[in-house]
Amino acid sequence: MVAVASPRQGPKRKHQRLMLVLLALAATIGGVLLAMSALKDQAAYFYTPAEALAARVEPGTAIRLGGMVESGSLERAADGVTIHFRLTDGKASVPASFSGITPDLFKENGGAIAEGSFDADGTFRATNILAKHDERYMPREMEGIQYDPNTHKVEAKP
Amino acid sequence: MIAETGLAALWLAAMLAGAQLVFAWMAVARGAEPAQRLIRPIAVAQGVLTCGAMALLILLFLRSDMSVYLVAANSHSLKPLLYKFAGAWGNHEGSMLLWVAVISASGAAVALFERGLDKRTHYATLGAQAAISLGFYAFLLLASNPFARLNPPVEDGQGLNPLLQDPGLAFHPPTLYLGYVGLSVAFSFAVGALLTREVNARFAKAVRPWVLAAWILLTFGITAGSYWAYYELGWGGWWFWDPVENASLMPWLAATALFHSASVLAARDALRAWTVMLAVIAFAMSMVGTFLVRSGILTSVHAFAVDPTRGTFILALLGLYIGGALALFALRVHTVNEGARFEPVSREAMLVLNNLLLCVILALVLIGTLYPLLTEMMGVRVSVGPPYFNAVIGPLTIALMAVLVVGPLLRWRKDDPKAMVRRTTPAMIAAALALIAVIALSAGAIGWLSALGFAAAAAVALASLLPLWKRNLLRTPLYTWGMVVAHLGCAVSLAGMASESAFSQERLAAARPGEKFELAGYTVAFDHVLPIAGPNWTAMEATLTVSRNGRVIGTAKPQSRFFADPPTPTNESVQMTRLGGQLYLVLGDQLEAGRWQLRIWWKPFVTFIWAGGGLIALGGALALIGRIRRERRHKAAPKPARERFA
Repeated sequence: MVAVASPRQGPKRKHQRLMLVLLALAATIGGVLLAMSALKDQAAYFYTPAEALAARVEPGTAIRLGGMVESGSLERAADGVTIHFRLTDGKASVPASFSGITPDLFKENGGAIAEGSFDADGTFRATNILAKHDERYMPREMEGIQYDPNTHKVEAKP
Repeated sequence: MIAETGLAALWLAAMLAGAQLVFAWMAVARGAEPAQRLIRPIAVAQGVLTCGAMALLILLFLRSDMSVYLVAANSHSLKPLLYKFAGAWGNHEGSMLLWVAVISASGAAVALFERGLDKRTHYATLGAQAAISLGFYAFLLLASNPFARLNPPVEDGQGLNPLLQDPGLAFHPPTLYLGYVGLSVAFSFAVGALLTREVNARFAKAVRPWVLAAWILLTFGITAGSYWAYYELGWGGWWFWDPVENASLMPWLAATALFHSASVLAARDALRAWTVMLAVIAFAMSMVGTFLVRSGILTSVHAFAVDPTRGTFILALLGLYIGGALALFALRVHTVNEGARFEPVSREAMLVLNNLLLCVILALVLIGTLYPLLTEMMGVRVSVGPPYFNAVIGPLTIALMAVLVVGPLLRWRKDDPKAMVRRTTPAMIAAALALIAVIALSAGAIGWLSALGFAAAAAVALASLLPLWKRNLLRTPLYTWGMVVAHLGCAVSLAGMASESAFSQERLAAARPGEKFELAGYTVAFDHVLPIAGPNWTAMEATLTVSRNGRVIGTAKPQSRFFADPPTPTNESVQMTRLGGQLYLVLGDQLEAGRWQLRIWWKPFVTFIWAGGGLIALGGALALIGRIRRERRHKAAPKPARERFA
């Protein structure tokens, strides 16, 4: 195909290695900058209901809201596929709704994370509900929220 | 007795690993003759002992020996045989034993089959491999003993997570581990070559088959895991950017970059230091993945802080090996000469771009995976999910595909820019046509990333076949075929991803028996729901009759299952594969008045995603076989011909 390049000595060889190192550096810096800007725009902040109310999250802003499904709040709409419920962290609770098949472990007094945004009247419209399938597993973001089965109280721990 | 034998085998193997390390040092530093003769048999014996220990653990699971803590905590006597077998590695200790078994088995394989390296580098490589195994033996024996006894034994075990009770468990983790840990061989080669100052084309030719083998298994494991998650979780998604998935993707990205740069080093003797660095990064990513999955840090940073033994141990090993390798690299990099030069328009330059893009993608995945952990330590809780990953990885993947179109059509060292434009013109036309076609087909309602995905897929599909143009196909080397097939696989997979994200249709309904639903030209009739029982579960099973244009094409029986040990509900979805895609059916909760939730997806060409992954792995296998056969022929004919590029 192509003849072997004779291995040339001298400053030009150094030059090529320097170019490669500079390219790698530029790629690394570019990658980190890209990651930082994307994280600023795309990383969804995680709120518990009390935090979301305190922070006055703008309607329409995509966030993740995590808490316990409040006891006695889960209702199914007549269409059979839309549910209304309240999410609580023990300090505050917010109304939420979702259309779709909920994860298997989604139930009253169970932990859940809802992805979505608030609408103008303060209801959280979930587009996705995350609840891992393993009962022993708590989503990482849910740490510090506990449900006491005896008192039916949800408590937020610092 | 079985458990004790297994434990003894592990201790013995650990001692052999220590001896292997010492002998390797004596052989390399002093040229000690007896040490040289002993290293290889020791490496083989070590491999046999750990694989034996793994076999004994499997035997304990098969016999449901409830006097062993691990079996009691993770198995159940009523579990089907396949899951007793595979359950041996469906837990922390068992999977770490599998890790160690694979590491020492690959060490044994290097001792037995590696013929390309010069002797001293071979010994140094085996010494480095022994050093890695030694650390993981310590981890296994001191912090996660799989053979610990339970006194008194329990009546019956606690069972295996039902989500894992799937044939996928039998082959997905072992193949992934073989790939993951197989990268330790590349790492050991790099360390060995740095120690003996033999970083050159010979080193690259020797390391390439090992990297390729590990990469094939990783590709296969990730593809199989993706399909497993797709049908088992019942959410219709095939990749969730879950940290555990990322943990397997990162070594794959590094290994992909590594064997491309090793090809440059083998064929053109360029990118020496670069290749060594990538070998270190690839294994570092395997260890980062192991740390993420095995330390428990993903579940909770605080739980990790409460019991940091395991995590800290792996982190210390990571620091020791990677830090040590980087220090060695810094000390020796001046002895590594830069190889042959090349021009900015050349195949080497495109492979450098490929490497840079893969490394940036890798860095972005790593940052996205670690960022929530870091912010949480500072008290801010953040979720990084698909919006971040799709936004940054998508465009970079398209850029990578553009490089893939151009690279294989260029000559080594120096090419004519005009010829580059001329040779890539057909692919550019294919991309433009595909872009126009999908925009017209979707009436403009397609996301720009999906549209570009289709365009890139078309360009790559055409360009990947061009290296065969005007060649005698029968005399084309097998490794060239491998490259063509693997690159074609990228196009197929990308087309599947773009099609799934752009053209999926979904229907969600509260269904009464007797009702019918229409989706994408298919009619799904909800016939009835009946209770049904399996070996360790009960379920409600729906019968759905699917027809198209009035002709019945099949019956689907999705289930809503309930496992007793441990008590867990799961969904068993059904996929009906058609020529143009897949119909995905899920049975949800029971509602009042005899209604059931029913979810139906039509996913056009979704199977292309995994078919492409299979092609990529197949291409890797062809390249591997081609390379090995070529090496054999070289042995027969001692005068080596110049290596023609793949």
